[in-house]
Amino acid sequence: MNVSKELAVTALDLARWQFGITTIFHFLFVPVSIGLALYVAICQTFHFRTGKDVYARQTLFWGRLLLISFAVGVVTGIIQEFQFGMNWSLYSRYVGDVFGAPLAMEGLAAFFLESTFLGLWIFGRGRLSPRVHLATIWCVAGGTMLSAYFIIAANAWMQHPVGYRLVGGKAQLVDIWKVLFSDLTVWAFLHVILAAVLTASLVALAVSAWHLRRGQEVALFTSAVKIALVLAVVGALGSLYVGDELGRTLIREQPMKMAAAEALFNTEQPAAFSLFATGSFTHNPRHTSRDLKIPHLLSLVATRSWSDRVQGVNQLDAQYQQQYGPGEYSPYVAIVYWSFRSMIYLWGLVLALAASGLWLWKRGRLASSRRWLGACIAAGVLPFLMNTGGWLMTESGRQPWIVQGLLKTSQASSPNVSSTQIWTTLTGFVAIFTVLGGVALWLFLREARHIPGEHDEGSGAEASLAY
Amino acid sequence: MRDYTALQVLWFVLIGVLWAGYFVLEGFDFGVGMLLRVLGRDRAERRALIHTIGPVWDGNEVWLIVAGGATFAAFPQWYATLFSGFYIALFLVLLALIARGVAFEFWGKDERSAWTSTWEWAITIGSFLAALLWGVAWANIIRGVPIDGKGNADGSLTTLLNPYAILGGLTTVLLFLSLGAIFLTLRTKGELVERARRIARTVAPAAALVGIAFVAWTIVDQPHQSGVEIAVSALAIVALALSALAQLRYRDGAAFALGACAIVALVAMFFVDLFPHTMVSTTDPAYSLTLNASASSHYTLTVMTIVAVILLPVVLAYQAWTYWVFRRRIGPEDFGEHVRNPLDLLAGRGSGDAPAL
Repeated sequence: MNVSKELAVTALDLARWQFGITTIFHFLFVPVSIGLALYVAICQTFHFRTGKDVYARQTLFWGRLLLISFAVGVVTGIIQEFQFGMNWSLYSRYVGDVFGAPLAMEGLAAFFLESTFLGLWIFGRGRLSPRVHLATIWCVAGGTMLSAYFIIAANAWMQHPVGYRLVGGKAQLVDIWKVLFSDLTVWAFLHVILAAVLTASLVALAVSAWHLRRGQEVALFTSAVKIALVLAVVGALGSLYVGDELGRTLIREQPMKMAAAEALFNTEQPAAFSLFATGSFTHNPRHTSRDLKIPHLLSLVATRSWSDRVQGVNQLDAQYQQQYGPGEYSPYVAIVYWSFRSMIYLWGLVLALAASGLWLWKRGRLASSRRWLGACIAAGVLPFLMNTGGWLMTESGRQPWIVQGLLKTSQASSPNVSSTQIWTTLTGFVAIFTVLGGVALWLFLREARHIPGEHDEGSGAEASLAY
Repeated sequence: MRDYTALQVLWFVLIGVLWAGYFVLEGFDFGVGMLLRVLGRDRAERRALIHTIGPVWDGNEVWLIVAGGATFAAFPQWYATLFSGFYIALFLVLLALIARGVAFEFWGKDERSAWTSTWEWAITIGSFLAALLWGVAWANIIRGVPIDGKGNADGSLTTLLNPYAILGGLTTVLLFLSLGAIFLTLRTKGELVERARRIARTVAPAAALVGIAFVAWTIVDQPHQSGVEIAVSALAIVALALSALAQLRYRDGAAFALGACAIVALVAMFFVDLFPHTMVSTTDPAYSLTLNASASSHYTLTVMTIVAVILLPVVLAYQAWTYWVFRRRIGPEDFGEHVRNPLDLLAGRGSGDAPAL
């Protein structure tokens, strides 16, 4: 009996690792696709309106990069859908009545749209009028965003279940509108879209900066930098506003997640904002060892008042033990804290980069400031770190729950899937992700180094976006 | 005893329709995938073959994703039992779909032969493996697998790979291969048509024979056949035979339509045989999942019905339009030395001499 119990724990851990790895890998590509689809649609619209060659070549250039990221995003997305049933059958049984609906809607409303119209966009130029062809890329861009909307609605329900009742030990949907338009859904969706815009703009900045540093296609890439800078400013400032709203929603709806994200172990009034905290790297160390703080700032951010109370991990833990019975109710504090910190601090770097870009733009030195261009190239990795940090915080901050307050992660995995089976699939997925990630990155960088239009004149495969 | 509601039946049928759509649409693109290296002898020919399904394969695959999502939403217990029970089989399906999915995009990115042949093999093997596993999986779904009182199924590969299911897998492989070959007779030109015809004339009769054997075994296996079950099984047999016959008489269009009908009839047979269950337990019939026991609430099914009624016609319309846009036949001569990207026209580089594909 003991043996099987230990095995069951191992299988749960493995299932969690597998979900984490597949999700993080998937989400390296998704924001690039969402953001670049929008970016390409904007370029093509500019070309449609102005007829300028520089926009047509950009459409083609960024379009190629979009397709590489899209291909990997799509195939890894299928894993996500299958995995709920494969590894989390008890979860699926419990939430299917509620959670399945937005997932099915995502397929019907978004996946069909984006995949069908992407096919039309890639192969359709010869037969569709320019106007219709332009419409197809907007359908793709719209499809990717719709897809994000529905999956975020489903995820938001796990963070803060609404519009349901419990019947026979399972969640049952009673109000679809509450699920689709909860505060958390709306703010989290906007946050993800802005993150995608920021991701694409930083990728575009990095690629353009690389070319500008070599003095290649200066006119074209200066134009690209301008579009990307505008999008980066929209993404960064929008994220500030939306992130703040999202954070305050979470303070209300998932106070434990936010307490952990602030390393606020004990309730404070007024609450100080932690800049840099250390603590023993255990699940819940119950206090920080060192903590550099700004007084009052957390109260100000979280409650909009100078000295209101913000709840701490330990008090919430005690409260939940009363409410839900004995157990550990805090997430892994260090993970949540540092993933949140990295999102905020890297955002600061991005903002500084964008602001200095605007200043250079005003002085007409966008294409010639080698130091700024070098910083742009380096900043290409930032959005990926920020996106990963965001999901780490969102998902690990919800632990030990898989559905906040309703179902624990430890009670949600498939009882009939053994650790041997998960070892097999986990090894397989990691192997294929390594190959896919490597090939996709190599192709992406190779395409990105091409001078736009250079091989369009040539022959063979390289002129082809359509495979 | 009838304990299911009309909405539950509607969603059971709808999921059947999604699977039928998936098997027909991705069926022929699996077939084209399996034939890629057999029919296409050089790079230009293979490119032509890939281009016959290039604009549509991704949209075709969404039928599967929506079938999965609809099962999750409408029958969560079915989804949970099936997907956790068939764990390793579905993992292999995922690997196959991932490999062939990225292969289409990666294939044309480099001209080295090691590169192209790697991705061609990924397409070929991925298409074959997925086609085989779907047949194996569905044969096991209707035949039943060990399921305990809590709905946990044992669908390990040793359980799934029984002779009946292997025949089911062979049936889907041959049906998809044959439909793919027939599809190519309609979508390619020149010598490719002739080669596709030759393949179709061999594969279509084989698909018919194996398919009829599979349907016959199913009839024998399912002891209490209702009138409807016998009717769909008979329909499947007739469509299989007629499709092969039409191919032997060089009636490509009719052969394709009949081949598609045969696949639809086969999926209909799966669902009719399964009804009123969603999963059959070989451990104890009492452990079989019924429609009612697997279904979501009336409210959820109503919401999903409204969404499907609004969206499905729109989806069907734009997918049909896609097939209309890309109806022209394609041959290797469309991909000579000066292959042009559609978007190159946009960039003002094609100036009329580029092929319109």
